[in-house]
Amino acid sequence: MFEAIAFYLFAFLTIAMFFITVTTSQALYALTALAAGMIFISAFFFILGADFLGAIQIVVYSGAVMALYAFGMMFFDTTREVKEKNGNKYIVVGMSTLAAILVVAIFAAPMVSENITALYPVIEGAGNTQQVGMVLFTKYLVPFEVAAIMLLVAMISGIVLAGKKMDLSLTLYNTAEIDDMKKDQAKKVLS
Amino acid sequence: MEIGLNHYLVLSTILFAIGLVGVMRRKNLLLLFFATEILLNSVNIAFAAISHFYGDLTGQMFAFFVIAIAASEVAVGLGLLIVWHKRHGNIDLDSLSTMRG
Repeated sequence: MFEAIAFYLFAFLTIAMFFITVTTSQALYALTALAAGMIFISAFFFILGADFLGAIQIVVYSGAVMALYAFGMMFFDTTREVKEKNGNKYIVVGMSTLAAILVVAIFAAPMVSENITALYPVIEGAGNTQQVGMVLFTKYLVPFEVAAIMLLVAMISGIVLAGKKMDLSLTLYNTAEIDDMKKDQAKKVLS
Repeated sequence: MEIGLNHYLVLSTILFAIGLVGVMRRKNLLLLFFATEILLNSVNIAFAAISHFYGDLTGQMFAFFVIAIAASEVAVGLGLLIVWHKRHGNIDLDSLSTMRG
């Protein structure tokens, strides 16, 4: 009973928030609605018993990704109204077709997977976090390490792309001009 | 009323459709990124629901990797977006069509 109430409440809230995100013309409203929707999604993870995933959802999305977007938006002109594409008829038709195929596939999937067996079944007598740790560090150790390297590469590329000489608009100059600028700065320091 | 797997899958489909609408109609690249976040999150709900109803932890594992990929995508994408904004002064999708050659 409470599960049903919670499910419908959070489903309504999540759909409303994401609808605001894709329809509003203000970038700040979109950012705020997206952050709220992410928090509401974590409620589904808690209902489904995936506690660790819910905590990760709040920490990573609302903490890291939204903060990154908020800092990134400082570089863009977000006060301006966002222009929209004119509705293309073919795109609407294609989108509706894709959504219909998805719905059919969803209702057909349980019939196909009647005799499915759990590959890594839930371990008895352990909390969700413990189970996740057991599976992640035995069966999925290599993908975990690859994901760690991927995050490192993404961090370095983010720093290199966004962080160098933020006052100078480095991308507009070529290498020789940058060298000249460095020499000029060195002269200023000496004189 | 019992909440089953189909409830979660239908919710996931609705959110995925909202994300698709966002990808189709947005012109601003930043808001296009928001729409891709919605797509990734809707799939995460489906993974967690299947993991719960089949008693299998693989779905949660895949959800973790999807979150990791989303985080790195945001880092690289925002870096590229800042570089693009410095060069061209806007982040509209139409200005990217110059790359067509």
